[in-house]
Amino acid sequence: MTQPDLAKPRSAKRRGTRLRRQQLAGLLFVAPSVLLVIVFFLVPLGMAFWMSLHNWPLLGRPRFIGFTNYLNLMNDQRFWNAMRFTAYYTVIVTIAIFAVAFPLALFVEKARPLTKLYRTAIFLPVVVGFGSASLLWAWLMNVDVGLFSPLAYRLGLTEKPVNLLASFDTTFWSIVIMVVWKTAGFNMIILLTGLQGISSEVQEAARMDGASSWQRFRRITLPLMRRTIALALILSVAGSVLAFDQFYIIADGGPQNSTVTAVYWIFSQSFVSFRLGYGAAMSMVLLLILVTISVVQLRLLRTPEGA
Amino acid sequence: MSGRKNATARRKLFAATRYHAAGLFISLLFIAPIAWSALVSFKPSAEAARPPLPPWPVEGFSTQSYENLQKYGVGIWTYAGNSLTVAAATVVVTVIISLLAGYGFSRFKFPLKNVLFVLIISTVMIPFQSILTPLFLILTKLGLQNTLPGIVLIYVTLHLPFSIFMMRNAFDAVPKEIEDAARVDGASVFLMLRRVMLPLVLPGVATVAIFAFLASWNEFLAALILLTDQKKYTLPVMMAAVRSGQFGTIDWGAVQSGVMLMMAPCLALFLLLQRYYIRGLTAGAVK
Repeated sequence: MTQPDLAKPRSAKRRGTRLRRQQLAGLLFVAPSVLLVIVFFLVPLGMAFWMSLHNWPLLGRPRFIGFTNYLNLMNDQRFWNAMRFTAYYTVIVTIAIFAVAFPLALFVEKARPLTKLYRTAIFLPVVVGFGSASLLWAWLMNVDVGLFSPLAYRLGLTEKPVNLLASFDTTFWSIVIMVVWKTAGFNMIILLTGLQGISSEVQEAARMDGASSWQRFRRITLPLMRRTIALALILSVAGSVLAFDQFYIIADGGPQNSTVTAVYWIFSQSFVSFRLGYGAAMSMVLLLILVTISVVQLRLLRTPEGA
Repeated sequence: MSGRKNATARRKLFAATRYHAAGLFISLLFIAPIAWSALVSFKPSAEAARPPLPPWPVEGFSTQSYENLQKYGVGIWTYAGNSLTVAAATVVVTVIISLLAGYGFSRFKFPLKNVLFVLIISTVMIPFQSILTPLFLILTKLGLQNTLPGIVLIYVTLHLPFSIFMMRNAFDAVPKEIEDAARVDGASVFLMLRRVMLPLVLPGVATVAIFAFLASWNEFLAALILLTDQKKYTLPVMMAAVRSGQFGTIDWGAVQSGVMLMMAPCLALFLLLQRYYIRGLTAGAVK
């Protein structure tokens, strides 16, 4: 096999080996990462689909049942309840996050003394984990030893301490407020980079032309920030669709399973009831939804800024 | 004239005062829950079992809540140790693998290069929550289920898209001439990576390391599923178990001291290395 190589002029041969060694080196450098992605991402992805076609108990032999899991899903009221609740939560929390983060971004945009300090303070809850934040707020929301109910009671706002976790609405809105507290800083920084990307000359020119600050916001700031807004929006939506920690730790899915999210329901079917095949089928549905969101995101991001 | 100047100055002062009053109020609002938790964790147990009004300890500072954490399971230091081991190992392995891959994708030509890069980056679109069951089975097959190395490998894989993206950009920003000069001096590929390139991409490494640390230190769902033996629990899983009442009556003072243990390293790391953290955050927004 090396015969043709020998026939070539020596310099060409050497260049050939060098090129091949270069290629080999490159492949070796990326090999560990590719291996990890294959073993812990691609194979599990394929397995998830394969499992979704089976009746797959934790112990005992899996049995192939075709698309039966998916058909059962269609009629599973509790699955659809979880999906509906997840969609509701996603819409509400995303609106709430933006309603808080956008004014904050405008507030800290101009570099004034102390602005950096405000940014840092608002951002602090972002670096705290959802687990710790949930444990913190579970305490604040506790009826006996927490902060909110006893405070409202002592201020005379309620006749007796109200158990926030006893009804759906108080549980839901408390968790929404907690998530806004935890993620507003993140969205503020993303929106801030968009705001700072708008040249001050454009704003100045509009001001000279007599545009009011609201007009400038509507006609210049918002259109020029389309890409940034889309990014923040998608990150927020994707994160909310996958919500789990806060509902598991604070509310335990209650009251009466009314705050069970999609991931929570998959978790309890797969790892509490051990219906692994059925859980995998639900995972595939969730995955499809998330990939759709990501594709829409890429579409939005690809269109040029301001177009 | 001077009267009008005075009026403008007064108006400016008023606007500035209003701005900073609002700024301080908002800042306090965001810090308050953290401060409240920190303060209650230093109350004596009996006082921590009452509503935190006022928030500061009135019966004197006490570390009783922290000492009470020792009573749960095999003691809090084991769980803190598990968390620290997992986070530290995730940081080291993620940095090494993404450093190598970033260098490879930035500086070498090889078959399938673009396909492999897109493959790795596109995994961010797939939520790991949807492949937890297969991961559980694969780790069991590999004998890594319910082990800290097993969960480290999963965390590393989850961070690869972001980390490799960051590191490739970091290497792309280094001028080719620097390598050429080193190559003339006869440095080997690995020597060059370590001695010449590494110092130049250190800011990128810092960003990757911070994100890997925060994400793995705080991760809850995968740890909850993949670590089944109570001795292997990380802090979030353990404290969630304490909060759910698995160890009897809930001692909220102890829970909040656990929350402080979990939050303190994140807050300290962020305050120290804010620059690198924000850089990583905006890299995605700008690109």
